[in-house]
Amino acid sequence: MKYFERLRPVLLVAALFAIWEIAIDLHPGYILPGPIAVAGGILDLLRHGLLLKYIVASLFRVTWGFALAAFLAIPLGLALGWYRRGEMAINPLVQFFRPISPLAWIPIAILWFGVGDLAAIFLIFVGCFFPLLLTAMNAVHNIPVVYIDAGRNFGLSPSAFVTRILYPAVIPQLIVGLRITLGVAWLVVVAAEMISVNSGLGFLIVDARNAGNRYDLVVAGMVIIGVIGLLLDLGMRSLEQMKSFRWINSEG
Amino acid sequence: MAQTEVDIHGTQSAPKLSAEHLGMAYERDGQSMQVLEGINLDVADGEFVCLVGPSGCGKSTMLNAMAGFLSLTSGSVRIDGEVVTGPDPRRILVFQERGVFPWLTVEGNIGFGLSKLPRAERQQRIAHYVKTVRLEGFENSYPSDLSGGMKQRLQVARALAVNPDVLFLDEPFGALDSITRVIMRGELLRIWQSERRTIFFVTHDIDEAVQLADRVVVLSSRPSQIKQVLTIDMAHPRNISSTRYLELRDELLKQIGLAYEI
Repeated sequence: MKYFERLRPVLLVAALFAIWEIAIDLHPGYILPGPIAVAGGILDLLRHGLLLKYIVASLFRVTWGFALAAFLAIPLGLALGWYRRGEMAINPLVQFFRPISPLAWIPIAILWFGVGDLAAIFLIFVGCFFPLLLTAMNAVHNIPVVYIDAGRNFGLSPSAFVTRILYPAVIPQLIVGLRITLGVAWLVVVAAEMISVNSGLGFLIVDARNAGNRYDLVVAGMVIIGVIGLLLDLGMRSLEQMKSFRWINSEG
Repeated sequence: MAQTEVDIHGTQSAPKLSAEHLGMAYERDGQSMQVLEGINLDVADGEFVCLVGPSGCGKSTMLNAMAGFLSLTSGSVRIDGEVVTGPDPRRILVFQERGVFPWLTVEGNIGFGLSKLPRAERQQRIAHYVKTVRLEGFENSYPSDLSGGMKQRLQVARALAVNPDVLFLDEPFGALDSITRVIMRGELLRIWQSERRTIFFVTHDIDEAVQLADRVVVLSSRPSQIKQVLTIDMAHPRNISSTRYLELRDELLKQIGLAYEI
């Protein structure tokens, strides 16, 4: 039974591919490629050594943009969440920048960093910074007062308080926030690569269309983006399942 | 003054815990609201004192002030003659709910306040208190795997492990079901009798107070003052159907202003 449970999503995907292929075969001459053509496109990319190169390029930018945002936004957010006065001072600014789409920064990114990795990394950074800042601030607000009081009661030094109460208490929410934000980073990198660089999966999609309507490569790019997004999410989920975080899911 | 000085242990030693003219006022909507007023209380070393009173009267406020979590508007709290200025591991507060750390195992929670001890001593202390609160076999379990009663026992163990002078308990069994609550009272009495700590216990449950305490302090409604201090002159284990038990319980109900019948 359990074997079948696992097989079910695979069967669903297979069925969808079949419907897709049949629909395309019934309408020859239609420009959208079927799954077989897309698979051919992926093989083509592999053969030219572009697939791996573009995936690595995109992941490289995401890693740097996301990591920079996390290293700056999380400590800052935790501190602001703890010192409410700081938060009240900075909050209007945060709420002002937050609704500006990271894509709106593209011209400025190119102006500052030129066409290249730095511009894309900057855009991902902008897209991740504010969600992570807010996640960290809220995580501090949501620490139950009893944990804080218990920490004070046992006479912890400020640094022990941070490592033994604050950090473990915010971890569950931070992990959820990081997972969602990594998804945002992956969205932003594709858009950024369409305009500000000459490599990566986003560039692949735009380039395939511009250079002769290779829609098999366009869809191949989309499929690969989806698959990698899925893998990234699975990776973040497995973080939650780590032994030292095991308590998170069963809290109550 | 309703306060009666009864030294149930028959010694003349200085009180472990003493509250002098405690006053506490909150600012709300620009108005000052007096919560506690002129409270004087001495608690002897090793004594078990329960604090009861109508809901919202300031029992928890008084407890938090005595444990150092709230600063007083007037008066002072002394432990062994030393004025309480803030929370301190020498007096541990046990919370009603969610007091244990979910990210630590049973052992981790009990050892939380023991990080400065050498490893061997810490392990020995943890083992002792695991046994004291009967959590053997759960040393490596997380709180989410424990029942409500076990979590409260764990919290008591974590508190006792740092060897505090005074244990403050804020309605510790209030969130438990009634059967578990009765069992927990027995457990707490057993622990208290073997460890002999001074216990200051807030409850809204009259029966709980009569079953546990050496003395029961009754607070009036706001601004709270001590209405009566009732000595429970019954040895443990107490027969809760005895005439004396019922008399004492009725006396407390009368003090709180509740009728004899529902």
